[in-house]
Amino acid sequence: MTASAPHPRTDAPDVLAAPELVMEFDEVALTYPGSPPVEALKPCHLAVERGDYLAVVGPSGSGKSTFLNIAGLLDVPTQGRYLLDGTDTTALREADRTALRGRRIGFVFQAFHLVPHRSAVENVTLSMLYAGTPRRERRERALEALHRVGLDHRADALPIRMSGGERQRVAIARALVARPSLLLCDELTGNLDSATAESVLTLLDELHRDGMTLLVITHDPVVAARAARRVTIRDGVLTEAETPAVHTAAGAR
Amino acid sequence: MNLRNLKARALRLRRRPGTPGVVPRTRLRPLDLLTEAHAGILQRPGRSALTALGTVLGVGTFVAILGLTATASSQIDARFNTLVATEVTIEDIGGDGAERIVNAFPDDAPSRLEKLHGVRHAGVYWHVDVTGGSTVTAAPVGDMAGGEEAPVVAATPGVLAAAGPTLSQGRVFDAFHQRRAEDVVVIGSGLADRLGITTLETRPAVFVGGTPLTVIGIVDDVARQEDLLLSVIVPSSTAEKYWGGPARGERAKMLVSTRLGAATQIAREAALALDPAHPDRFKSIPPPDPRTLRGNVSGDLNQLLLLLAGICLVIGTVGIANTTLVAVLERTAEIGVRRALGARARHITAQFLTESGALGALGGLVGTSLGTLTVVGVAVARDWTPVVHPATVAAAPLIGLATGLLAGLYPAWRASRIQPVEALRR
Repeated sequence: MTASAPHPRTDAPDVLAAPELVMEFDEVALTYPGSPPVEALKPCHLAVERGDYLAVVGPSGSGKSTFLNIAGLLDVPTQGRYLLDGTDTTALREADRTALRGRRIGFVFQAFHLVPHRSAVENVTLSMLYAGTPRRERRERALEALHRVGLDHRADALPIRMSGGERQRVAIARALVARPSLLLCDELTGNLDSATAESVLTLLDELHRDGMTLLVITHDPVVAARAARRVTIRDGVLTEAETPAVHTAAGAR
Repeated sequence: MNLRNLKARALRLRRRPGTPGVVPRTRLRPLDLLTEAHAGILQRPGRSALTALGTVLGVGTFVAILGLTATASSQIDARFNTLVATEVTIEDIGGDGAERIVNAFPDDAPSRLEKLHGVRHAGVYWHVDVTGGSTVTAAPVGDMAGGEEAPVVAATPGVLAAAGPTLSQGRVFDAFHQRRAEDVVVIGSGLADRLGITTLETRPAVFVGGTPLTVIGIVDDVARQEDLLLSVIVPSSTAEKYWGGPARGERAKMLVSTRLGAATQIAREAALALDPAHPDRFKSIPPPDPRTLRGNVSGDLNQLLLLLAGICLVIGTVGIANTTLVAVLERTAEIGVRRALGARARHITAQFLTESGALGALGGLVGTSLGTLTVVGVAVARDWTPVVHPATVAAAPLIGLATGLLAGLYPAWRASRIQPVEALRR
């Protein structure tokens, strides 16, 4: 019952009794069948420790999306093992994979994907709907999460009345409120102007300082530069850039 | 099925302790499901209203048709009742001594029956076999001598009272004429026209088989016993004076009008009241039971109109299915987000099914109200009593719910098949 365990802080990851590796790719690959078969992601290794801030960069069509889908448990690799919090996700049933996705992974998308006609706080609440959080707690926790991203005053605003930056903050609050082990951000500044993007990236830095594990997928070198580790995907091949110094610094928290 | 469930549970139990990372499965509580469906319906209120319109019309037509046919057929019954349900005919069948007894009715038969509680008027009548032919003429000789063949009916004053005549001129005969066997006659307006009688001012007479009788009344219409309109009606005492009692094979009858609801009982009591010693000499004919008539009146029409309502419902269903499908496609991104947040395919199915079911039930409720209002409106305009069966009102919203669920099946299935990867790509 990780999600409902009492916790003083909404955004603090669940570190108690959890293995140090948040995610681990072991020979993970994905090939789409067809003639000829498309190797969207070639066999790769990747280990992300708790508190890591990792950027995945590469041009469009390089396999970034495939990587995101696998890491976010939206797609299943055709080969290899993917361990999330020590659980081999590739052996799970669909229902268990869905549960793991809902409880352990927070998503932030380029297009925000807020539900229209629902206020900011309702959008954040949505994240606790399927986790079985008691109804009484939901609003309080959602307001806390909105406070964390600096949107107390916009709690009851509709997405249509919000700026892009505010929407992305709501999306981040929605991802945080379920207390995930891993925050997956897909081109999160793609629809924002540079000033707003800067403030959202600053928010990510703060989350990183607080110990959240971040995985940012981007084609923007400015965004990638904020991360402690950088991984490049090109033509389905994943390679890690040599930045040991930063890695150590990040590991030290 | 059970075996498979058990196996699945066993597998799950076995895996849980071995793999510490497996988390409790996600779920959607009923209350949350309702809240989400409610929000889903309200986020596009205009479209939801249009979606529900199909069921509103279908269920509304359904209720209106059932209500209107029930109302109309109950009106047919009511008209039928006032005329026929208060009428009892008593036939003289003579019993054992039919050959000997010419007229089994006692002389005071009308007053015997009129003493019964619930009887309004009672009278004896028979068709007279006039000696010398039943030709009725306006004058014994001359141009007017060409007569008309018309049946002659001997009747006590109670018969005319029970028949409920509308007079165009003059009056009907009464107990005085009966007691004195006056030479008077009451004729129908049709016969009066044919005989050239236009006014009673001149005290016209008609000749029945050569016997002159003064016309004291011309009847325009009667409420019952229409054949009296074509007849020459003479007091029974007068008829007996000239032509004797009922002819052989032409037995007397009694016409009794009763208060509403009393007819059946009067029919039971009449024979004993007439002749306590020989009740078997009479046969009472009570009015037909209105309940047996009700079904036949509007059965065919009913089925046709119900078919029409069914077609309306089918159109409504297709409408809901169509708009729900459009909504599903429009909300693809939302579905993707929900899946990413831990919703399982069945949670998505449940949500869309609940939304379309709720819309159907809502449409059914509104349709029931509108249908009932239509029935009441028509009934008021026609001065009828509105009749809607309670079962109709109770079942109609359920029909709406069923329609909504049925219409939501395919869109909900489509929604559950949407892959989050595809949904979130946009």
